[in-house]
Amino acid sequence: MSPASPQPPTWNEILRVLTFQGGYNTNAVLAGAAMLGLAAGVVGVFALLRRRSLVADAIGHATLPGIVLAFLTAVAMGMSGRSLPVLLLGAALASALSVACIFAIIRYTRLREDAAIGIVLGVFFGVGVVLLSYVQHPGNTGGASPAGLHHFIYGQTAAMRAGDAFVMAALALIAVGVTAALFKEFVLVTFNSEHARVLGLPFTLLDGTMLALVVLVTVAGLQAVGLILVIALLIIPPVAARLWTDRLPVLVVCAGGLGACSGYAGAAASALLPRTPAGSVIVLSAGSVFFVSLLAAPRHGVVATVLRRITLRLRIAGEHLLEAAYEHSVSRRGVSTLSSRSLRAMERLWGWPVWMGPIVVHGLRRKGHLRRTGDGYEITGPGVVRGARIARNHRLWEQYLRTHADAAPGHVDWSADMVEHVLSPALVAELEAELLAAERQPGRSPEGSPA
Amino acid sequence: MNLAPNIDLFPILAAVLAAFCCGLLGNYLVLRRLSLMGDAMSHSVLPGLVIAFMLTGSRAAPVMFLGALMAGITTVVLVELIKRLGRVEPGAAMGVVFSVLFALGVLLIERVARNTDLDADCVLHGQLESLFWPDGPARWLDVLHPATLAAVPPQVWTLAITCAVSFVFVLVLYKELRMAAFDPALATAQGFHASILHYALMVLVAGATVAAFEAVGSILVIAMLIVPAAIARLLTDRMPTQLLLSTTIAVVAAVMGYLGSIALPSAMDKPQVNAAGSIAIALGVLFFVAMLFGPRDGVLATAIRRFYLTRRIALDDLLAALYRHEEGSPITSRFAPKVYARARRSGLVMPGQDTLTEAGRQRAAELIRRHRLWETYLVHRAGISADHAHEPAEHLEHLAEPLPSGGPQHDPHGKAIPPGVE
Repeated sequence: MSPASPQPPTWNEILRVLTFQGGYNTNAVLAGAAMLGLAAGVVGVFALLRRRSLVADAIGHATLPGIVLAFLTAVAMGMSGRSLPVLLLGAALASALSVACIFAIIRYTRLREDAAIGIVLGVFFGVGVVLLSYVQHPGNTGGASPAGLHHFIYGQTAAMRAGDAFVMAALALIAVGVTAALFKEFVLVTFNSEHARVLGLPFTLLDGTMLALVVLVTVAGLQAVGLILVIALLIIPPVAARLWTDRLPVLVVCAGGLGACSGYAGAAASALLPRTPAGSVIVLSAGSVFFVSLLAAPRHGVVATVLRRITLRLRIAGEHLLEAAYEHSVSRRGVSTLSSRSLRAMERLWGWPVWMGPIVVHGLRRKGHLRRTGDGYEITGPGVVRGARIARNHRLWEQYLRTHADAAPGHVDWSADMVEHVLSPALVAELEAELLAAERQPGRSPEGSPA
Repeated sequence: MNLAPNIDLFPILAAVLAAFCCGLLGNYLVLRRLSLMGDAMSHSVLPGLVIAFMLTGSRAAPVMFLGALMAGITTVVLVELIKRLGRVEPGAAMGVVFSVLFALGVLLIERVARNTDLDADCVLHGQLESLFWPDGPARWLDVLHPATLAAVPPQVWTLAITCAVSFVFVLVLYKELRMAAFDPALATAQGFHASILHYALMVLVAGATVAAFEAVGSILVIAMLIVPAAIARLLTDRMPTQLLLSTTIAVVAAVMGYLGSIALPSAMDKPQVNAAGSIAIALGVLFFVAMLFGPRDGVLATAIRRFYLTRRIALDDLLAALYRHEEGSPITSRFAPKVYARARRSGLVMPGQDTLTEAGRQRAAELIRRHRLWETYLVHRAGISADHAHEPAEHLEHLAEPLPSGGPQHDPHGKAIPPGVE
């Protein structure tokens, strides 16, 4: 793909980098990126659940003026201006200020969160751009070169030294540690803030801690992925993990794992291939993880959902057919054959696509509910039992909707058809007992119930 | 500060045009709570540019515009898809889409288009200043010449066309857009599909983002889209005023920001700073001013209103307590001396003693009448028991509603309701 990289890395090289034998610096960067991914995934889960994913975007963009101001301050005080902790401190302060601005706008004006985020993001970044253009002129900085500042926008793992990676990993570790220690409190604040208040938890403090962790991860990620893309690490792994599970502890572990893998894979790819900015590769690997999850996750993935829907539709169709066959045989006083012609007529009536009829019939034959005869199909003994049960459910629901749920009589049959397939057996039993008495009264039973 | 047409004409023109069309379309984003769609689109413009360049090998304005427009539309469609398929909340879906697309753009630039003048920084920060007119005239009078039209750079043309299209779109579909912004279901029921309108609007926003980013940079497009509309939202509740205000504010901020980027540094003997960033700062300053000093909902106006309301209620409560005292009830609340002082100054309480003047008694009677009518209503109509009616009536009595005449003579506690003034 790239004309400028004549030799793709050999398997040996790839293996060496991936197994942490690629040299001290590479190892440190790899481990740091993985730690960062882990921390961002864990912290991002709570941001996602509190619907604050895009606050992280504003936080990321707001670091730019902080970095440049920290540089200018350091230069003015006679320091080097390139010291990483100083720049990161500036970034953290600016992003904390941006969060305060967002919440002030929401609190004191009628504007919503989305507008508040957009305003703060745009204006802070504007300040950053102006400051950056200001420091480009050597005269403004007393000769100190601002060359490194630029790398915070897109990230520059290639220029990272082991020491920088340790700073990053340490910040990430703090974020993970705080989350682990306050996990129970975070869950309460996220899902039931009223309950948290009643329990006497310091709500504002905990909420602020969550935001502070987002700031921490953002600042930690500045060097690796840059201030624009750091939001991707905070959002994508949790969203991807959300597709895999509905349980919070699993979600947190999953998001952390996916984030760590993305960070590790991205940093490795960037170490192996020339001219691949690590930030983009890390984000793109997170993006691929998301894409795969969207398709293949067993819980909410597209494939799983489509399969579930098709299965449900086939089951409902099969039950309709069986119910119709049963009622047909009842109305014909025991003539249990359903001709192919009337079967096709029914399919047309229900609006089935052409492929569905054979599959449904095949399914019913495999369960032994239908049997082939000369011209059509015949309902078997087990089929009668099952069909009677479905018809019975149908009647129960009709009765229930009419007497208990205030459904108009004209709508009863339609909705009864929809819901009889969702009923659990336990609920059916309960309903039967409940409605038996009502049914015994003459004139209350809708269409005569089969026993 | 000296402005010369050969340096400043086209940058100012570009900034004003970009501000106008972003400011106009941004209203619908803010009203529909889609502000961050602008954010998402302006980030994902980048890969569109690079891919268009890779496919055609050209950096001509129409090619770039088309590529970026496709990227913008792709963003909208992808966000919608992820929202539906993965049941992801809209904010997170946008975040996923634009960050991945932006990463793709950065990677492609680095690997494919590095040696061209396609530059991520330029996309991000904007190059308003680079729109200068090399052999343009140095005097403003010479601008009024046919040659000026021929010298207009393509970016400015693109902006002008986008502006015109957006303006006509909003003008023609004004009613429909307004309804779709406030009540999409009603709009659909009325026979025009709110979702089609939504996509049309999104395409225009993508167009405006793309047209504007070369001038002001993609991140600052967000400020231009959202901040003017947000400021107008703080100042008015009427749609025509909102549109007028937001576009005016956007244009004013564009000029202010541009001039400021030259004038302020030059006043301190420093070179010019980034103009696009200055426009964002100007917008931020205007927003801050509107937030603090907005005449109706500004922080200051609200605080002043609260102050006067508190004062009025304290005075009213004092008069009511004195009135009840004349009826024989003891005064249970304590009032600050300055409340007494104010009542005496207004001639409502006799100087030197704690009795009501005639004017004070009249005002107190009115308040007590309100209070006891409310109590009667709460007990007889709202089913609140008599011993709980005092508290809510204590709040309701301060509502400035016209006082009805006639009605009952006594409240549920058996106290006389002062007669209304005919």
